[in-house]
Amino acid sequence: MDYIPNTDGDREEMFSSVGVTSADSLFSDIPDDVRLKGRLDLPEAMSELEIKKHMAKLAGSNAEAEHYTYFIGGGVYDHYIPSAVAHITGLPEFYTAYTPYQPEVSQGTLQSIFEYQTMICSLTGMDVSNASMYDGASAMAEAGIMAAKIKSKGRLLVSRSVHPEYRRVLKTYTAGIGVEITEVDIEGGTTDMDDLKLKIKDGDALIVQNPDFFGCLEDMEAISSIVHEAGGLFIVVADPISLGVLKAPGEYGADIVCGEGQALGSPMNFGGPHLGFLATREKYMRQMPGRIVGQTEDDRGNTGYVLTLQTREQHIRRNKATSNICSNQALCALAATVYLSLMGKKGIAEVGEQCLAKSHYLAKRLEKAGFGLAFDRPFFKEFVIRTDMDVSRAIEQLAEQKMIAGIDLSRFYPEFAGCMMIAVTEKRTKQEMDELAAGLEGLR
Amino acid sequence: MKPVPLIFEISKQGRTGYSLPALDVPEAEDAIPEGMRRGDSPELPEVAEVDAVSHFTNLSNLNHGLDSGFYPLGSCTMKYNPKVDEDVAGLPGFTEGHPYQPESLSQGNLRLMYEMGKFLAEISGMDAVTLQPAAGAHGEFTGMSIIRAYHESRGNKKTKVIVPDSAHGTNPATSAMCGYKVVEVKSDDRGGVDIEKLREVLDDEVAAIMLTNPNTLGLFDENIEKITEMVHEAGGLCYYDGANLNGTMGMARPGDMGFDVVHINLHKTFSTPHGGGGPGSGPVGVKKQLAGFLPVPVVDYDGEKYYFNYDLPDTIGKVRSFYGNFGIAVRAYAYILSNGPDGLKKVCENAVLNANYLMENLKDLYYLPYDRPCKHEFVISGKLQNQQNGVKTMDIAKRLLDFGIHPPTVYFPLIVDEALMIEPTETESKETLDTFIAVMRQIAEEAGHDPELVKSAPHNTPVGRMDEAKAARHPVLKYEGQR
Repeated sequence: MDYIPNTDGDREEMFSSVGVTSADSLFSDIPDDVRLKGRLDLPEAMSELEIKKHMAKLAGSNAEAEHYTYFIGGGVYDHYIPSAVAHITGLPEFYTAYTPYQPEVSQGTLQSIFEYQTMICSLTGMDVSNASMYDGASAMAEAGIMAAKIKSKGRLLVSRSVHPEYRRVLKTYTAGIGVEITEVDIEGGTTDMDDLKLKIKDGDALIVQNPDFFGCLEDMEAISSIVHEAGGLFIVVADPISLGVLKAPGEYGADIVCGEGQALGSPMNFGGPHLGFLATREKYMRQMPGRIVGQTEDDRGNTGYVLTLQTREQHIRRNKATSNICSNQALCALAATVYLSLMGKKGIAEVGEQCLAKSHYLAKRLEKAGFGLAFDRPFFKEFVIRTDMDVSRAIEQLAEQKMIAGIDLSRFYPEFAGCMMIAVTEKRTKQEMDELAAGLEGLR
Repeated sequence: MKPVPLIFEISKQGRTGYSLPALDVPEAEDAIPEGMRRGDSPELPEVAEVDAVSHFTNLSNLNHGLDSGFYPLGSCTMKYNPKVDEDVAGLPGFTEGHPYQPESLSQGNLRLMYEMGKFLAEISGMDAVTLQPAAGAHGEFTGMSIIRAYHESRGNKKTKVIVPDSAHGTNPATSAMCGYKVVEVKSDDRGGVDIEKLREVLDDEVAAIMLTNPNTLGLFDENIEKITEMVHEAGGLCYYDGANLNGTMGMARPGDMGFDVVHINLHKTFSTPHGGGGPGSGPVGVKKQLAGFLPVPVVDYDGEKYYFNYDLPDTIGKVRSFYGNFGIAVRAYAYILSNGPDGLKKVCENAVLNANYLMENLKDLYYLPYDRPCKHEFVISGKLQNQQNGVKTMDIAKRLLDFGIHPPTVYFPLIVDEALMIEPTETESKETLDTFIAVMRQIAEEAGHDPELVKSAPHNTPVGRMDEAKAARHPVLKYEGQR
């Protein structure tokens, strides 16, 4: 099936208007040597019904959260998404529009981004937010580069308790521009403070995740003091869902806050699309990468919204731009805005408290069953247990009981063989958690 | 149309728009130290579900989307987004899976990614593809990082990247992000790369040329093979910005033109919705000698099962967490299957015919700087209107809004004065094109007889022209009121 309205008759009329006899002559500028002679080697066209059947078959061979119980996290979480979210993001004026280049006919997108920026500032305690970025990892990499540019010495420290994939993205992002990355060790599931004090030098920027990759809560106040005493910048990677319960990073001195916004109304999507958020203090506003929406007024005196501070961006600054990014994850940011509107002040706290209560219930339940916690640190919704099992195999076996139990931590940290990382969102019930505990006990 | 208040302005203490099951385990309020707890809940709006739905629906009504009407935004390929693609991409098997769940329970997803890589390799003439980049600019960064890693592995990292003056701003920005100095090369009078100028800047320090083809004028570079040959001879690699693939799909392939790396915008050529600015997807294809440098993981098939392969010794690492915007790849995969090989070629032929039809019927009233058959888009200029009546391209763009038409890309490419870059795509009917022609001709007429009408446009939009200078001078980037 194609989506081309013009008929052969239409085309004939258009050919004669253009002064050619066939489509082929419109391609005479392509040198013969590089013209594709045959057909593309692709499957033959399908009808809509055939597409649906084929795709249903592919989709049907995957585990998904409607038929399995998910205890797996590591940066992507099975949080509840209110029904209204998808109905709003499915409105064609939102999802079939592009970047709001023409503000007169894009106020819907622009105002919703302005509301998004406000909500991200509320959650993080920052002054300004951009319009969103690709994902948490690239947002962190951009935050690192931004900090390195603000502090011209440009050294970046990153804790080994930060998501391993995020650290890998940071390395790729900084490979070409001479920013030196130093990793700070971990001790007992959080940043090793002694190692941090040893490694930090005047003007370094430090990246710490809270809750960290293992789910543990870092001593952010203490870390913040260490960084700022060294005259550095403090970059915090935060889980926005935790910020209904945990202190806003702005309160403990963060200079840039970034992270993954999937938990705010985007499905897990097998890893994407999601959105990265990035917010900072007012004084660093002009060093911030990404699109930003600002309030202004029109020539009729109405309040309105536009893309602003564009002199930072590639289409104007070209090779001097803060980043090459020229889009945001607008539809995911819209989902986050609708989600946060529905949850509101009360709901965001309740989700957080439920994650906290449920994860602690399961951790205690597992401890009783003899699966001790790997780290003696406070945690929010995710924690690590020690087992004497082959964890990857245990996860496969529990999947037979329709449970996606967690992550084999040794996949990212070889030193943690036998450790399983488990996430508990507000969606999990006591019964599901008891089943996971029983399932794990049954494997021993 | 009435302005829509901010969601914060309709907030009322005590309202909520959600429900969760009652907590069925003991509370754990003392599980975390008091000092780590937040004092007050974040300042979020308090609204009922109906308030939120009505607020955002009203906001949506202030937008012009592709489904609302013609959207000939040059270089953005605003083609119709098939509804079936949305339906299938919404299947729980695709949306409700976790990236770290066992591969044995993700075989459908893995197969789709594997096949999608093969499809894109075939369409672009490349050997291996990654789906990890989340957007076109992200694909550029990925591709140029691969080129950098390749040169480094051979002991000469080189220092320069050549970018034609007609390039997207992302090309120089990307080169800079990868640590390269940008060398600009001028276009010739046919709108292509000036071969002599290119020869002058080619030396051993050139890592690559980044070329958009068809270029931002909508023109296929007639010397394309010569260009790749010259760059290769100097020891550089050739990067193909595939943003404009809709103009060549099924007719010619970057891989056959001598390019080593290409990025493809799934949200353009393969019709996934633009979402108001994202999410998109910018897969990158490479030739065999660069396949080992791709970001990890790549998807492989051992004859029985599909799996993620992280074992690429030369890999640049990762450019994004997980596997990219998988959900966008699902839509694009469905689109490719809908069209099939003949359908994709037909897409290209019709996109090119539509563009040439518009160009032919506008060039007597608007200045056309390069008068030869275009591909999927073309650039005209408002400079006659500006010279004769002081009507600028921006005024013409704003006047189009009054007719329910989204304006073309304006003031780009930079090498054309008062540029209007028009890309109709293949999904618009002759009737729509004829309406556009008539409106553009009427505006040209108005510019002559009633220039004020055009200069003061738009007249029929929800809001008027915005004071962008004020927004930048006194940035208001969040709601501060009623706190």
